Amino acid sequence: MEGNHFQRQAAYTRKTLFDQGYLDEQFIQLEDLQDDANPNFVEEVVKLFYTDSARLIRNIDLALADNSSHFDFEKLDDIMHQFKGSSSSIGAKKIKKECTQFQEYCNAGNLEGCTRTFQQVKQEHATLKRKLESYFQLTRQAR
Amino acid sequence: MNLGGSRAVNSLTIQSSSTTRRPGDGVVDPFPAGLRVLVVDDDLICLTILERMLQKCLYEVTIHNRAEAALELLRRDKTGFDIVLSDVHMPDMDGFKLLECVGLEMDLPVIMMSADDSKDVVMKGVTHGACDYLIKPIRIEALKNIWQHVVRKKKQDRKEMEFEQSGSVEDGEQQQNPLEDADYLSSPYEENRKNSNKRKDEKDEAEEMDDTSTLKKPRVVWSVELHQQFVTAVNQLGIDKAVPKKILELMNVPGLTRENVASHLQKYRLYLRRVSGVSQHQNGLNNSFMGPPDVTFGSISSLNGLGLQALAASGQIPPQSLSTIQAAALGRVAPLIDQRNIFSYENQKFRFGEGHQQLNDNSNQLKLLHGIPTNMEPKQLGTLHQSAETFGNMQVQSQSSQSGSLMTQLAQPLSRNKILNEIDGSHVSGLPSSFGQPILSQPMPSGILTQSRSEIDNVCGAVFSSVSHPSAAVELSMNPSVQMPGNRFAPISNPRMSALASKGMLQEEVKSGMKGSRAFLANYGVFTDLNQNGSRDWGLHNVGPTFEPTQHSNMSQQLNSSLADNIPRSKAQKLPDMGFQNTPFPEQFGQEDLMSAILEQQEGTGPVGSEFGFDGYHLDNLPV
Repeated sequence: MEGNHFQRQAAYTRKTLFDQGYLDEQFIQLEDLQDDANPNFVEEVVKLFYTDSARLIRNIDLALADNSSHFDFEKLDDIMHQFKGSSSSIGAKKIKKECTQFQEYCNAGNLEGCTRTFQQVKQEHATLKRKLESYFQLTRQAR
Repeated sequence: MNLGGSRAVNSLTIQSSSTTRRPGDGVVDPFPAGLRVLVVDDDLICLTILERMLQKCLYEVTIHNRAEAALELLRRDKTGFDIVLSDVHMPDMDGFKLLECVGLEMDLPVIMMSADDSKDVVMKGVTHGACDYLIKPIRIEALKNIWQHVVRKKKQDRKEMEFEQSGSVEDGEQQQNPLEDADYLSSPYEENRKNSNKRKDEKDEAEEMDDTSTLKKPRVVWSVELHQQFVTAVNQLGIDKAVPKKILELMNVPGLTRENVASHLQKYRLYLRRVSGVSQHQNGLNNSFMGPPDVTFGSISSLNGLGLQALAASGQIPPQSLSTIQAAALGRVAPLIDQRNIFSYENQKFRFGEGHQQLNDNSNQLKLLHGIPTNMEPKQLGTLHQSAETFGNMQVQSQSSQSGSLMTQLAQPLSRNKILNEIDGSHVSGLPSSFGQPILSQPMPSGILTQSRSEIDNVCGAVFSSVSHPSAAVELSMNPSVQMPGNRFAPISNPRMSALASKGMLQEEVKSGMKGSRAFLANYGVFTDLNQNGSRDWGLHNVGPTFEPTQHSNMSQQLNSSLADNIPRSKAQKLPDMGFQNTPFPEQFGQEDLMSAILEQQEGTGPVGSEFGFDGYHLDNLPV
């Protein structure tokens, strides 16, 4: 049955995401919240995350591009704190890790380090989005 | 759950009920199902996830992504929720501020959440009275047991109530049947009460803080007027001798029961205790009763004008002015090195204990007040309040509307009114009305005191009251006009404002105070502001010379020095006109500024008020 095939695919993809460190335990917490009454909860939350995080990413980019004499690291840290919070709440492990690194540079006042790390953040962010999208597609097909 | 379309970003309010209560089912106790949880978090993703998790725990969830809106909701219905979950970092309001407000006004358990797990932030949560602190990302397991905080709180409240009313034999209904422990939990569950079996009804009522009669009665709403009458009655009897029965008789309000009065009295006492922050009083009162502060009256464990904070919390008083005044007033009285104590309304005993200690420290000072009836103990709370009022009154002769000038800005939440009324009504006989905020008096010459006091009174009733005693003695020309019009604050009119306006400063002050403030624990925020922004133009120049003539050279000098520090950091805020109309002190001492100065002093030096030669209640220093 096709369903079985997709189910297997979905399960495999999911396992890989965990094994490769893209997702952590928190994602399972989300999955546990899914039930008949809320069949697409996880996908909906992830969609919400990507919408919301796009805004935060934009803000961080703007903040990083600030050329004024006195760079506001606190503000940068604030935005990143929000971004990290959202990322961790959906179980985005790699993103979270990069965010932590970013915050370390931020606390050290290392703008260059922040900028560099943020590229990593954005990369992980995009990668996960891709992977989750295909995963969700599989799960939908698997139903 | 439909995530996408059904949400408005700006103020999400979603109620979801997933309880499985069945009306008519007299046997099953659904608790903790149906626990009414309010979640506040600016992060939409977290909010969504938490909502779903809490629903899964069978709680009744309401989510808000704006703290201000959430607070509004809570204010509209203080009994509408059982517990609040709040994020620490929010753009529109600091989570700790919200925490304090909720603790102060609604006396609900609050759980803080944050991705930040650093020790100091968690500690902050503790000191501000959070009953728990969850690290994000939050797991559902952590949420399953939040009901324990509701139960615990109810238990504490009950104990408090029982303690307070230990003298009243008739409070049979107060005797909680241990087997029925779970029942009191049902009281906040409005629905439960309606649907639950009769067996629970009585217990429900017994559990209620406000109404402990055995009969199911509508909750008594302590309106401003009612509270006024209450306070008047209490003052007439004397805070020590005020027993519910007599108060009830004096009040002579049809439909009011002794139980209503009793529970209200209990809260009032807690409030007074908290506000006074004077240990003497503590001793006089049931010291051992260190239960959770009475939210209604503003639960500030330290001396900080409870009323003020509550008022501030209600967004009514320009946070800055409030806090300043408060800080000044209270700070003096209770050298609070640890500001957190001052501002934390927490319901934790240890904090209350700290408050006690502080109070104790001040008691000595209080005793030093000459001319002041030192039997403040019994009446302290009441008198303190009153003194503030009377003081204010005195000056108010000319400015009757003063009482509320700043208050004018305030909305009228009941709590605030209550507090205000307390202050108003609490003129205690025997208190030289010339009590004012010592803090204010310190830097100000007596003449000024008069004026400032009235102003300050208006803003921080409670604060002043506590401080008032000491200063009163020394004061000035205040005639002890103990007539605190019960509704002094009621006529929050603008005459005062206009009077002040004539000086031009107060309004500035008020405005500045108003803006940017979240209206909540002003202290908390203000201190930060005061100390960090130095945004006031102390206009020292004004202060200096004016003080001289008023014989308070000590103070003026001291004040000058303290003020001087602030000058460089001025931010176009002049010292607001304190409304001194007849004072030789024409310059405005912005309440905020004064407070700031005082606060700065306070923080800078261990002993409070030393700079000004005012140490707590050492009025000796005040040249009369």
